[in-house]
Amino acid sequence: MTAVLQILFDALSLGSLYALGALGIALIFGVMRLVNFAHGDYISFSIFALLWPTTAATTILFLGQVPPAVLIPFVILIGAGVSVLSEILVFRRLRDANPATLMIASFALGFVIKNLLLMLYSSRPKSLSILPGLAQQVEIGGARIPLLQVVTVAATIVILIALTAFLKRTRFGLEMRAAAQDFTMARMLGVRANRVILLAFAISGMLAGAIGLAIVVQTGTADINMGLSVMLVAFIATVIGGLGSLYGAVVAGFLIGGASVLMQVILPLDARPFRDAFVYALVIVVLLWRPQGLFAPRTAKQRV
Amino acid sequence: MTLLAVEGLSVRYGQLTALRDASLMLDEGETLFVTGPNGAGKSTLMKAIAGVVRPAAGCIRLGGRDITGEAPETIARLGFSMVPEGRQVFGELTVDENLRLGAGMRGDRAGAARDLESVFESFPMLKERRDGAAGLLSGGQQQMLVIARALMTRPRLVAIDEPSLGLAPLVIDQVYELLLRLRAERRLTLLVVEQSSTRATMTGGRMMLLRSGRVVLEGDARELNASGAVERAYFGYSDAEEPA
Ligand SMILES: Nc1ncnc2c1ncn2[C@@H]1O[C@H](COP(=O)(O)OP(=O)(O)O)[C@@H](O)[C@H]1O
Ligand SMILES: [Mg+2]
Repeated sequence: MTAVLQILFDALSLGSLYALGALGIALIFGVMRLVNFAHGDYISFSIFALLWPTTAATTILFLGQVPPAVLIPFVILIGAGVSVLSEILVFRRLRDANPATLMIASFALGFVIKNLLLMLYSSRPKSLSILPGLAQQVEIGGARIPLLQVVTVAATIVILIALTAFLKRTRFGLEMRAAAQDFTMARMLGVRANRVILLAFAISGMLAGAIGLAIVVQTGTADINMGLSVMLVAFIATVIGGLGSLYGAVVAGFLIGGASVLMQVILPLDARPFRDAFVYALVIVVLLWRPQGLFAPRTAKQRV
Repeated sequence: MTLLAVEGLSVRYGQLTALRDASLMLDEGETLFVTGPNGAGKSTLMKAIAGVVRPAAGCIRLGGRDITGEAPETIARLGFSMVPEGRQVFGELTVDENLRLGAGMRGDRAGAARDLESVFESFPMLKERRDGAAGLLSGGQQQMLVIARALMTRPRLVAIDEPSLGLAPLVIDQVYELLLRLRAERRLTLLVVEQSSTRATMTGGRMMLLRSGRVVLEGDARELNASGAVERAYFGYSDAEEPA
């Protein structure tokens, strides 16, 4: 029983990161039909904003020094900021470009952000300790669970509930859902394209900031490639969930998280290093079975 | 007073010129039918006015203001409400949400709420299904919904592209009954696109006919029909070469 609980929290906390990442990508895809490959670099950016820029091996906390009540909103705002800036400076100018051009632009933007960070901080991973209180363990049903996992899962649940309420209960949320289905029709009803898209980028960036924070607390290091590995899985989750389906992205994120952790447990020891190969094989099977994804929207239209 | 004035409008899709030098005038309270065969450029004309496609040449004025090249949301906010071809309900939103979206750009919440109630009064069927997905409505119900949604914006001008497309004759009658009733109640200015001139003749009023992107005929719908001019223009015979 305690082992099961431990596995469950491992799966849920890993799945949380994937789900929030996939959600960030799906939100942008919904209104822009853009798969934003720079999303992982928003995560890196949020993480490195905690550090004072230096290429030396030493780590000097920058924003990381402030108390949690300030730190957490700050990281989230940094994520939102870089995401919103990229819309205003890059994507807005390419609004009428075809999807391939947009995608390439997002690649390029990702490279620019990454290299900017490399210039400022070098490629050396840096160790840092943020919110050290979360390292302790708590006892749940007899199992000893890292407090960080509990907090990650709880925070994800809160984020998902808040986002659902925003989408379902507010006018902006309604406009966003309408725009994701048929942007042109929404605009013909007076929905302001720029505002909806900016809002989607802001929320997506906030999610990136939250992921960055969770990763850095968990690993205790700032590594330029950290955002990337989470995002790779998150991209896959958005496709498995059905591109354009927010619900699907979240479910698929948790499913992949669950599958990874489960593989780690049930695979024979010799096969464990190849866990990811098994997970991706599973992904291929799912896509062969349902190429449109598990929860493909019935009526997603091309953006015009 | 002239509400809508289109002058010398041309639209190209790459090499193809879908609309050539089209002009039209619409007075407040008036109804104009735009007819013509499939591919004539009717929808292109509507989309150009709505700001969805950019014209290559020409000028569009709404209520005296030049709206050529403006964004669709700007044009909508100036009072042009478009019901595009194929209905375009937001299938995954509820009926209620579809309607509220139409009222979204209005400042007056109270007025919007009142309008919503009056829509539900006129369409008990929509009220019954207000919390259901709009995509589950029948074709005729969806057509009613998009018209009601267009009216929720409190428009100065409603443009409807082929409201009868894909509907059973009886349902088409209901849709037109509704349109004409609303026109009478609210003194709506209407721009209606249909392939055939049948409805224009039944309803009466002004009509223009597009063919291959050009305006080939304009005038009183009944007179044009009675003279046989519509039939000739529709099939592309000039007055000189009658069909054998
Ligand atoms: N998005 C588009 N891209 C290229 N050609 C188009 C597009 N939309 C319409 N056309 C072409 O423009 C012409 C006019 O189309 P349309 O305005 O839809 O005609 P109608 O509504 O009268 O049937 C047609 O030849 C059609 O094939
Ligand atoms: Mg058409």
